[in-house]
Amino acid sequence: MKDIDSIALLQDPVRRRLYEYVAAQGREVGRNEAAEAAGVARTLAAHHLDKLTEAGLLECASRRLTGRSGPGAGRPAKVYTRARVERSVSLPARDYRTAAELLAEAAEQAGLDAGLCAAAHRRGEALRGSAAPCGSLEEAMRVLAARGYEPHLEGAESADGVQAAEDSEGTAAGAPPVVRMRNCPFHAVAERFPPLVCGMNLALLEGLLGTDGPVRARMDARPGECCVVVENSKNNDD
Amino acid sequence: MTASAPAAHLAQLNVATLLHPFDDPRMTPFVEMLDPVNSAADGAPGFVWRLVEEGAADATGLRPAGENVIVNLSVWETQEALWDFTYRSGHLEVVRRRREWFERHVEAHLVLWWVRAGHLPTVGEALERLADLRAHGPSPRAFTFASAYTAAEAAPHLAAMRPAQPGQTTRSVRPAPAAGSAAVQVASTGAGGQARF
Repeated sequence: MKDIDSIALLQDPVRRRLYEYVAAQGREVGRNEAAEAAGVARTLAAHHLDKLTEAGLLECASRRLTGRSGPGAGRPAKVYTRARVERSVSLPARDYRTAAELLAEAAEQAGLDAGLCAAAHRRGEALRGSAAPCGSLEEAMRVLAARGYEPHLEGAESADGVQAAEDSEGTAAGAPPVVRMRNCPFHAVAERFPPLVCGMNLALLEGLLGTDGPVRARMDARPGECCVVVENSKNNDD
Repeated sequence: MTASAPAAHLAQLNVATLLHPFDDPRMTPFVEMLDPVNSAADGAPGFVWRLVEEGAADATGLRPAGENVIVNLSVWETQEALWDFTYRSGHLEVVRRRREWFERHVEAHLVLWWVRAGHLPTVGEALERLADLRAHGPSPRAFTFASAYTAAEAAPHLAAMRPAQPGQTTRSVRPAPAAGSAAVQVASTGAGGQARF
């Protein structure tokens, strides 16, 4: 299916809600949960979730949600996650990705890390405009969400607390809260030129959030996530 | 032929030319990151082995490729494991700041190649692979992340290397348990130069 056909499926408001809910969880979502979140019946949700899977927007797997196995455990349930593949449509056709890859390749060969980071920092500051440095992790979450980073709070008691606890099995209880991001907006070029592009991303976020305010951006890469985290400055003053 | 390909591990060599002497204050941030990053490597999923200078905390004192060139030699179970450690761990911060500490290399400074599981590559073997990459470009014998080959594609070369380098394969002839535990012991004696740039 072409990208434009896959994306067009999201015009249906129920499908759109289901897709956005599954995408926002960053984990496997069952049919019941998705139906509840979208406010529709389970059978209707199942129909649309499978349509989204056929279109390549979601991926589907089978799990025994109860943790039991063998006779009496019941049938495996279908669970959904957002597909990793990128979909995009540009009208008229544009190809900024090829341009970005070529520019990154040239910058890497020429060793232009410092110049790129300076430009990224300036861009971040320009995006922030005349606003003061970001004042809190909550504000940082809003700013990052608006730029497509899909932030989530980890290691904190919050409305998202249960989710945060699930996500952070390696984090000791009482660890300072930190904002992590599920999505790298520069994924394709970051995969090809990690030090260059991840450094650019950090500099952009430092400019966007400020480097001398209450929160700060720091590199703390993990598989499958954005390389940067945002934390309260006082936690790491030394 | 490749259907019976032996279990393979991925070896990597990285060379980095120092901008300043190792004890120069400008190198301090890098030196301070060595221990934590090397510890992270030891505990990283898929880590097999890394070169450590005998009696030293890491491999940065070995200068087989030049007086001001540090080398980093390690073995991983898969390319994904090596990639995740290199670019999706605390090691990323080291490579992000590479221009502060290391010269930009015109030639390739990182080479990957497949070895039989249990084989611990020597520095000489590693430098040969780097020379191969520089002379002939990426091939199943010597490649990079961006030009990777699978273990299956490299299997004929794994086999071919064996009789050509009898001295180097003595440890690989001994299967996993002995070589594996030796590798862990070497790794646990201290940190090694795990940085790649």
